[in-house]
Amino acid sequence: MALPSYAGPLETFWYYAFRAFCGLVFIFLISPLLIIIPLSFNIEPYFSFTEGMLAFDPDAYSMRWYQEFFGSERWMNAIQNTFIVAVCSTILSMILGTLAALGLSRSELPYKGLIMGLLISPMIVPLIISAAGMFFFYSSIGVSQSYLGLILAHTALGTPFVVITVTATLSGFDHNLVRAATSLGATPTYAFFKITVPLIMTGVISGGLFALMTSVDEVVVALFIAGAEQRTVPMQMWAGIREQISPTILAVATMLVCMSILLLTTVEYLRRRSETIRGVTPQ
Amino acid sequence: MMTNTVEAEGQLTPEEQKLLTADMHRSLRRKKFRALFLVAPLLIFIMITFVAPIVSMLYRSVDNPQVIEYMPNTSAALADWDGNELPGEETFAALVTDLAEGRKNRTIGKAATRLNYEKSQMRSLITGTARKAGRLKPPYKDQVIKIKAGWGDIDTWKVIKRESKSLTASYYIAAFDMETTPDGEIKMLPEKERVYLKMLWRTVWMSVVITLLTLLLGYPVSYLLASLPMGIANALMILVLLPFWTSLLVRTSSWIALLQGQGVINDILVWFGLVADDNRLSMIYNATGTVITMTHILLPFMILPLYSVMKTIPPSYMRAARSLGATPFTAFFRVYLPQSVPGISAGAILVFILAIGYYITPALVGGQSGQFIGNMIAYHMQGSLNWGLAAALGVMLLVLVMGIYALYSRLVGNNNQMTLR
Repeated sequence: MALPSYAGPLETFWYYAFRAFCGLVFIFLISPLLIIIPLSFNIEPYFSFTEGMLAFDPDAYSMRWYQEFFGSERWMNAIQNTFIVAVCSTILSMILGTLAALGLSRSELPYKGLIMGLLISPMIVPLIISAAGMFFFYSSIGVSQSYLGLILAHTALGTPFVVITVTATLSGFDHNLVRAATSLGATPTYAFFKITVPLIMTGVISGGLFALMTSVDEVVVALFIAGAEQRTVPMQMWAGIREQISPTILAVATMLVCMSILLLTTVEYLRRRSETIRGVTPQ
Repeated sequence: MMTNTVEAEGQLTPEEQKLLTADMHRSLRRKKFRALFLVAPLLIFIMITFVAPIVSMLYRSVDNPQVIEYMPNTSAALADWDGNELPGEETFAALVTDLAEGRKNRTIGKAATRLNYEKSQMRSLITGTARKAGRLKPPYKDQVIKIKAGWGDIDTWKVIKRESKSLTASYYIAAFDMETTPDGEIKMLPEKERVYLKMLWRTVWMSVVITLLTLLLGYPVSYLLASLPMGIANALMILVLLPFWTSLLVRTSSWIALLQGQGVINDILVWFGLVADDNRLSMIYNATGTVITMTHILLPFMILPLYSVMKTIPPSYMRAARSLGATPFTAFFRVYLPQSVPGISAGAILVFILAIGYYITPALVGGQSGQFIGNMIAYHMQGSLNWGLAAALGVMLLVLVMGIYALYSRLVGNNNQMTLR
């Protein structure tokens, strides 16, 4: 969108003002994520830049908060809990979500709209409401304050993403490929694993990553149904922000930002790969 | 395949046709079952782990077992009471039995707490009397009234009678800032005592502000992204997607670092001399903090649907308008803006729905003035332990969100919710 050569002075002014405004919005979007990185190396227990930091004095920086993080039993325990819950719920979400998406993509399925609505409802209902309901129900069936309860809850919250990404992948799926395989003598199972699975795998994995991210980042439901033993990283961060604000939080935050960069890269890679496989020209 | 051959030859007897139709129906039914069979595991799973909890919350908002269960004799004795004068000796005897029993089993506190929601002082009235109930000898009426004068008040008994039903609307009445008078009339609380409707109104109002701010910031950026060459647009898109993928708590804590009194923004302002050191701006732990932080968190949810709609608007339309003599402004408002309306409505409703249910961010950066209705629900769940009221407030919010969502589906169509991702 270059400035056209026939632009008058007013239009030129608007053009640059518009770009400057967009630049400011980009700064607004990204600076909160960048600012915590140097702050997490602060030697002082403050959330702001000290004079030493601004003068790039190496003594003003330290790995203190990272050491504190890795030396803390609570944080390590939280990481372990988050890992257990996230991995279990992601695997469960991927299996259940993929099966459901395969069913949903069949034209014979009755009540499709209603079923789809029910399956993605965990994504629409505000988390605080899901949390309150799960608190009542899970304690009445005796699974609150347990890993099982938290895994079930996170699976419910994560599956909509798998259902949606896999359904989207299947919408561009050429069913003739399966028919061709069957006509060449493949059994339905063989055709499924050799033809369908590789083609929808990118959708399954990116849906799984969304589910993983949901579980790793989820705090509202966890606060209501997890006990002290199941304390996850977000719960520990929540407690840390509320009780004693220490830059350890910023060290954790910095590591989480690195993790999201990794996830973003993976998801983008998968998206492009899927487009290439399906023959959609990557734009 | 069979049908094709049949149509081509067209020489089937009626019996054969009947058989064939039955066969087709059977095969179709089998296909239907196979599809259902694939969906069933998740459907059952969601029913148990998600739908049942929501239903249990609906039930909790009208469930009223405490008085019947923990004061059974009193509730039974009051069943035929006409409410015109103080109940008789038998009812007082029933009360003393319930109180003594309830104190022994440590259950009377539950009934007392329940009744206290309806009428203040009920808790101390019941627990105070229960402490002495075991030692009383008949006749009870005068002795009980002597222990606590509240038992001589006819309204006390009216409240107990009213709450001796297994279902109640009183949590909803409280959630709508209303009260039931002893005569059974439902009226609004005095202006000063209204809490929840005010809170709901503030939540809606602040969510509208946040939605408008994300639109204001997101529209130009989406426009820019949609009109730039793909390579640059993809690179800039990272700046939108990275916050989107980053933990909510990370973004909230970095805004605390930025906005607090001794934080980065105040430091910069002081350094430039724009703000006096002893007069730093208070941008956090109030409504401003909630609005700024939530605008940042929800901005990607506005940009992504806007961008995907704007991508489909051919740039040649604007050029055509210009070549026909329109000024840039006319061309934009008459040609571009109307075509981007689906994106605006999708983004705005998505951001609004997400904002209205927020809990974590307002709790961490909202202070007093930046709390949302979600925080009220959490408070009654974990602080005051008035779960019935929490459930009623939850249902209120759920109905609101579902209503808006229905509107959203109407506007964007059912299967497009996730195109933004």
